[in-house]
Amino acid sequence: MTLLFDAALVVVLLGLAAWVVLARNAFAAVAAFIAYGLLLTLAWLQLHGIDIALTEAAIGGGLTGALLIGAVIRLRTAPPAAPATSMTLALAAIAAATTTAVLAACVLALPDPAPTLAPLVADNIAVTGVENAITAVLLAFRSMDTLLEAIVLLFALVGAWSLGADSAWPGRPGFAQSAPPNGILAYLARILPPIGLVIGVYIFWTGADNPGGKFQGATILAAIWLLTMAAGLTDAPRVGSRWLRAALVAGPLGFIAVGVFGSYSAGAFLALPPEAAKPLILAIEIALMPTLTLILALLLPGPPQRTSS
Amino acid sequence: MNDTLLYGLTACALIGLGVFGLIANPAPLRKILAFNIAGSGVFLLAGAVARRGAAAGFGGDPVLQALLITGIVVAFSATALAVALVLRLNAVTGDVTLAEPPAEPTDDND
Amino acid sequence: MSALLDLWTVVLVSAGAVFYLAGTVGLLRFPDALTRLHALTKADNLGLGLVVLGLVPQVGGVIIGIKLVAVWLLVMVSGACVAQLIARLVRHGSDPAP
Repeated sequence: MTLLFDAALVVVLLGLAAWVVLARNAFAAVAAFIAYGLLLTLAWLQLHGIDIALTEAAIGGGLTGALLIGAVIRLRTAPPAAPATSMTLALAAIAAATTTAVLAACVLALPDPAPTLAPLVADNIAVTGVENAITAVLLAFRSMDTLLEAIVLLFALVGAWSLGADSAWPGRPGFAQSAPPNGILAYLARILPPIGLVIGVYIFWTGADNPGGKFQGATILAAIWLLTMAAGLTDAPRVGSRWLRAALVAGPLGFIAVGVFGSYSAGAFLALPPEAAKPLILAIEIALMPTLTLILALLLPGPPQRTSS
Repeated sequence: MNDTLLYGLTACALIGLGVFGLIANPAPLRKILAFNIAGSGVFLLAGAVARRGAAAGFGGDPVLQALLITGIVVAFSATALAVALVLRLNAVTGDVTLAEPPAEPTDDND
Repeated sequence: MSALLDLWTVVLVSAGAVFYLAGTVGLLRFPDALTRLHALTKADNLGLGLVVLGLVPQVGGVIIGIKLVAVWLLVMVSGACVAQLIARLVRHGSDPAP
């Protein structure tokens, strides 16, 4: 019965992916991509990755979808690119078929029993003081990955900002929004923020013991902020603003500070002394949360576009 | 046929579709979309492998699952940067194709 | 008692699925954006509501049940607002999908 559901889900996923790739209309392709992201969330649930399902729904489907819709609307006036020659199409088909065949052979040849690190995590999770294994991996066992991830996000934002025209520097990202102040969008942007704030902080807080965490929570907070920006109730901060820049580096710097503390108290960079593991994990998360919210939200409007107001 | 095999093979097909779109579709925005399809296929493949590693009371290998969360976030940041590049290319040249030599860079006042 | 609750779940979730099916058929078959919106908003609000109400006895906790109902209310608020926004775009003749 479950396999029947899996099979139906897989068929729809493949159909949507084919639509994303083959659709003539770019807007239709983006719409299909958002539906694809949401259905992929179900696939993650079937694979017992609830934390991944939350991340996929929030970032893979939601935030990426909003980003691509904005891009496709701004590119509407661009002239269409020359269609691919039949030579290119044939090459692409061969490359795709070869990739799929080789990977499928690898999947069929996966070793049995599968290698796993789960027993190691189960043996050592008690030391960290958190109960969600994913959070323990992200912030204790492999915290170097999470530190580098936070820095990658920061670099992506710096990269996007550096694409701004000289004349717009150091102005505000994105275009001014002019939604009617008493319109339905402004109404939505007034009633949703309190609810979104509670849900975002809850998802962040419960991530220590249940599925959830700072990325998912930060995405919800970022979405709420973007909603108020789209409704014209708030405006994106100037990229030259000192508080913004300080807040953007505060998260990674706090993380590095905890890491340096670890090299004194526990003998290695980013090591956590067992008696203080939980408070230090919490310190990292609280330091990262505002930075992640700012970066995830500001990656959408992109480079600065306006110098005034 | 068990569920990990089903999702693993689906992931391979998704990667193939993404590779096809990446090469065959001339518009950069569509290449970004295709790249995301291929990326999600890679994630799904790793997710199937993680599910096979279910042990010690976990529904999947938590180390691999945590790395997937990192992967999804990094893929979003790469997509955002790529979209910013395409929009800037469009603002400067009025075009979105990578095929022809770029026009004279002009100071745009958009 | 549990058989009655199961029956409640089966009936309501099935009814919800019927509304989803009707909404999807309307989305695919109706001729223009406004009628498609009509099919989608009505059917989805009611369909999701029935599914949520059907599932509430199965989740084994008051708090989780309240969370499920909260999901339904949030979807209704955002669905209604987005439907208004799309309808306004259509009326002013700037369809977002060319």
